[in-house]
Amino acid sequence: MSGTTRKKRTMQGRPVVAGSAAGQAVVSAQPISLWGGLDAKTGEVIDRRHDCSGRVVTGRVFVFPWGKGSSTGSAILLESIRRGTAPAAIVNCATDPIAALGSIIAEELYNKPLPIVVLSEEDFRSIGDGDRLSISPDGEVTAENSNPGNPDDPDSP
Amino acid sequence: MTIALSENDKRMLDGLSGEASRMAMSILVRMADVYGAGELMDVSQAHIDGCGLMSDAGLEFAEKLAAAGGKVVVPTTLNMGPLDLQDWRRFVADEEFAAKAIRQSKAYTDMGCVPTWSCAPYQGYLTPRFGQQIAWGESNAICYANSVLGARTNRYADYLDICAAIAGRVPRCGLHLTENRRGQWLLSLKGFSPELLAEEVFWPVMGHLVGAMVHDKVSVIEGLPATATSDQLKAFGAAAASAGSVALFHAVGLTPEAPTREAAFQGTEPEQATDITPDDWYRAWDDLAGAEEGEKLDVVVLGCPHLSFDEFRSLVDEIRAVAPAKAHEGVDVALLTCQQSLSLVDRTDWLADLDAFGARITRDTCVFHTPMIRRDANVLMTNSGKCAYYSPGTLGVRVAFGSVGDCVRSAVAGRVLRRRPG
Repeated sequence: MSGTTRKKRTMQGRPVVAGSAAGQAVVSAQPISLWGGLDAKTGEVIDRRHDCSGRVVTGRVFVFPWGKGSSTGSAILLESIRRGTAPAAIVNCATDPIAALGSIIAEELYNKPLPIVVLSEEDFRSIGDGDRLSISPDGEVTAENSNPGNPDDPDSP
Repeated sequence: MTIALSENDKRMLDGLSGEASRMAMSILVRMADVYGAGELMDVSQAHIDGCGLMSDAGLEFAEKLAAAGGKVVVPTTLNMGPLDLQDWRRFVADEEFAAKAIRQSKAYTDMGCVPTWSCAPYQGYLTPRFGQQIAWGESNAICYANSVLGARTNRYADYLDICAAIAGRVPRCGLHLTENRRGQWLLSLKGFSPELLAEEVFWPVMGHLVGAMVHDKVSVIEGLPATATSDQLKAFGAAAASAGSVALFHAVGLTPEAPTREAAFQGTEPEQATDITPDDWYRAWDDLAGAEEGEKLDVVVLGCPHLSFDEFRSLVDEIRAVAPAKAHEGVDVALLTCQQSLSLVDRTDWLADLDAFGARITRDTCVFHTPMIRRDANVLMTNSGKCAYYSPGTLGVRVAFGSVGDCVRSAVAGRVLRRRPG
């Protein structure tokens, strides 16, 4: 990491589910159905049509535009939180009530909400794959691009 | 945002109506905030999808609500569950899975839900009426209820559905409100031949195309055949709700809020307009199928969503038209349905044909929720856009796609027979 340019910027989003989290961004340009799209056992994206297919989002900040498809997405997110395979947080550019519900129930059952923030489309698009993201309860997202033009290997620790 | 609560909402939130109502109301109020709704409103019916997936968290949630005295206050039907409750030993060897699935199912029926166990609840018991405010889960059922029946529901996620049923309330927003049901995107079918429009697969492929195109926008479609049946609209909606987030579409001259284009747009201009051509359709058809002509076929799945009585009839007609009327050795034929359809089929002479063909009928559940597809299966064939969409990721198979007739002929041949429709 030493010797690379560190560029830090702060964006204000809307906290759909408030909380603090940090992690490397796994960025998708495509909406996803969490059921049929995320394996709650492994944290892997399993929608074979999806641009993140095969990537593991556990402990990462999963950045995708919005949710689509199955109404069982909430159940998948809840189970992944229970199993510890969930992303550290989710960043969208449109509110996804299905993911929000999974997180709210995780708080009700396990006191473990997963922070979800909605950013403006411009801010959303500015996040690069591998950026280091920090999320605070008021919806502020700080992005640190440690190596512009050559994003970190998203699967490195 | 402050949410204006009724006296009864507050009683529930304060726990004066019991712990289950408190939990349900607390989740509903937080979701009202997520939706940006200023208040809650009544619903008079619910359909629960949260009973389907077997997960430890889902089981804990259902049992917690049931143990806390949770009871539904509106008529509430159940989507499929994780198990064929009457016959599970034929399909599932995992006793631990089955024991948990039975506990989860019991938690929902203990709360007063009707054990319909169907993902096509609009073709069965307690079909909602036009304009009725309802809280439905299951993406295909939501799409059908809004679009074809003209009932009003948002896309309720698993577990919010049971909260709504216990409280009888939902956030007042979205598709519950007339103004949000206005068409946004005009889709005009251009240049489709009568032959292509008459294909069974026309509907799921068109749904796949529309869903991927419009995501969650309300589409208004011109040029769909006015002869559309319930089963065709079901196949269209299920595919559209899988490839996108379609919760409501209008088909001019076909669905109840679209007697005319103007009515569908509520007198406003379309925000977008796109022509759909046969070329678009064939691209979507190609996208649904990954398996090649002649590949060895392992599994045929029919009944996603659950087979209706009429879909059984079409299947038996196809089986009676092939020789031998028997699936090739090594091809599993899984038929997914609900008890209600099966009870009607039981009064025909079709079961003997289905049995001789080698078909296995499963009630109450589906291939995505009960472990009934053998692990070494490589190629799955279906007539469902929804099943074709989700199978590669969820079941780890490659998909062949075709009509019921194509599926039957391929099952007999033991390999994928692709036929270009139209």
